[in-house]
Amino acid sequence: MDHKAMRIEYWKKNVRLMAVLLTIWAVVSYGCGILFVEVLNTIRLGGFPLGFWFAQQGSIYTFVILIFVYVYLMGKMDRKYDVHE
Amino acid sequence: MSIKMWTYIMVGLTFSIYLTIAWLSRVKDTKGFYVAGGGVPPIANGLATAADWMSAASFISMAGLISFMGYSGAIYLMGWTGGYVLLALLLAPYLRKFGKFTVPDFVGDRYYSNTARVVALCCAIFASLTYVAGQMRGVGIVFSRFLEVDVNTGVVIGMIIVFFYAGLGGMKGITWTQVAQYCVLILAFLIPAVAISLKITGNPIPQLGFGGMITEGSDAGQWLLTTLDALNKDLGFAEYTQAFGPGSKSMLDVACITLALMVGTAGLPHVIVRFYTVPTVKAARVSAGYALLFIAILYTTAPAVSAFARYNMINSLNNVAYAEAPTWFTNWEKTALIAWMDKNNDGIIQYRAGTSMIGKPALAAGQTGPVGQPVYTNQLAPGANELYVDNDIMVLANPEIANLPAWVIALVAAGGLAAALSTASGLLLVIASSISHDLYYRIINRKASEQRRLTIGRIMIGVAVIVAGYFGINPPGFVAQVVALAFGLAASSFFPVLILGIFTTRTNREGAIAGMICGIGFTMLYIVQTKFMGMGNWFLGISPEGIGVVGMLINFLVTVAVSSFTPPPPAEIQELVESVRTPRGAGAAVDH
Repeated sequence: MDHKAMRIEYWKKNVRLMAVLLTIWAVVSYGCGILFVEVLNTIRLGGFPLGFWFAQQGSIYTFVILIFVYVYLMGKMDRKYDVHE
Repeated sequence: MSIKMWTYIMVGLTFSIYLTIAWLSRVKDTKGFYVAGGGVPPIANGLATAADWMSAASFISMAGLISFMGYSGAIYLMGWTGGYVLLALLLAPYLRKFGKFTVPDFVGDRYYSNTARVVALCCAIFASLTYVAGQMRGVGIVFSRFLEVDVNTGVVIGMIIVFFYAGLGGMKGITWTQVAQYCVLILAFLIPAVAISLKITGNPIPQLGFGGMITEGSDAGQWLLTTLDALNKDLGFAEYTQAFGPGSKSMLDVACITLALMVGTAGLPHVIVRFYTVPTVKAARVSAGYALLFIAILYTTAPAVSAFARYNMINSLNNVAYAEAPTWFTNWEKTALIAWMDKNNDGIIQYRAGTSMIGKPALAAGQTGPVGQPVYTNQLAPGANELYVDNDIMVLANPEIANLPAWVIALVAAGGLAAALSTASGLLLVIASSISHDLYYRIINRKASEQRRLTIGRIMIGVAVIVAGYFGINPPGFVAQVVALAFGLAASSFFPVLILGIFTTRTNREGAIAGMICGIGFTMLYIVQTKFMGMGNWFLGISPEGIGVVGMLINFLVTVAVSSFTPPPPAEIQELVESVRTPRGAGAAVDH
């Protein structure tokens, strides 16, 4: 594979990874925290109604994990496509 | 020792730490002044970003707001953290690879146009000024309660301190001061939170505690949140954990405000500029992760503090005779941030849904009521509620409510100041660099010497401090509300042109300029109409805090549409966009 094709493939994979992670981001925050909050509130997690927990706790934990997963996977991909610093 | 003595000690100690750091990291070149020399380690940058980010609104107002809003408080929690995911994935690495000093720099170069640069510059100044006014107000509030000076004097003290360390050290001074400020503010937030969590639920981790059971008192053995739901309902409020109930926000509004805050976070110039200070693209990604981690420590604790504060407040005030009211209540009455008007003259405090008086409490000097309470000149509002509570006191008064020792109360004061000052300094630097770098150097005088540019940068910080101080003394609204507006403006101006500038090669100068003007124009018009001209939320019932989302969509649409009818960008710009997409070859941030 020549240099230019590698770059294009690297960018495609990067965009795909972003799309997956941003889908999780949207499902957890807008899905669990807002759209389906009333349904989830009928389930309880200890003293927390589950929808309320996602809105005020769970979504934030998910955000932190998402970024570190991205950092790790992109680091691996940078080396694979030889574009790392 | 008294609370006041402890406050002098804590505030004096922390301020001397900041000033020492500022003196040690004073700078002599523009690179140090604008991007801290470009070699800040990711973890330090994460700490600094977190302090930069967490403002007086996050520290002082947010928990109070959530306390009153219950579930709907999630807009701030998710909104102000979720934006970091967008920042880390969509912006930080590419802007770092691009390697310039400021956001208008990126916009000006990517869109090969000084007009675009000027539009971006105006947006940056506007968003930052709106935001910094809230910070100065926060400084004033903290000073007024804890050092017993006038709010305005407090604002002036804050102005002098910020001017000293931002002017001296520029970005370098700010970065290392913010690392110290993060440590102060997080300790100040966590210590009372842990103590209160232990006291109410027996669990030292607030994040778990507020989903736990109450251990003592008449509600012992009940889930805290279930008890709160019941208390809220009894007093006529929406249930604490219930979404979209009567009196709370609609689903569309919650979604819009959350998104506006997320996108605004990702578009705020003082946050973006932090990613220019790290050495590599990888470091930019990692430091976004660290920043959110450090922010999440406070942001997951805040809702717990809110629930505890709500429970404590209702329990210790509602249906309690004024003569037996706790001392924290009488202490805070002096600031007029909490007030009681005995509507039914029974000498007992009744807390119910609804407002107690028209406008903010205005003390009638020297007069006391039948049970020794202060008298206010305000008109009574209809309804049974007798208690006025300002959101801002929930965090500040919390340690007193829980009877924590004096040094903890003093530490909270120092933490509030750290939060407000760290954000104010970051914003002031953005305003100063927008004018001295983007306007003066890039547009007016390309031949200016290093020395001259530094001097102008410092003068601009001085000017910005004075303007911010003016707004701090004459605030346009209460702290968190003003801040929320800055996000709408950032969301509707920068975010679309930054994203399109990185992810498409076709977006051109004409599109970007038209998009930014339409986006921010619509958002500002709506905010002015609804906030200052008394119009209703006429667009689908969306609050002014959430309207930035609509402004952003308008910006996206206009940018794409105008770009497609006008010539594509020159070949070298398209190559530039391609090169921004790969990490290798990111040199130091440069200013040409």
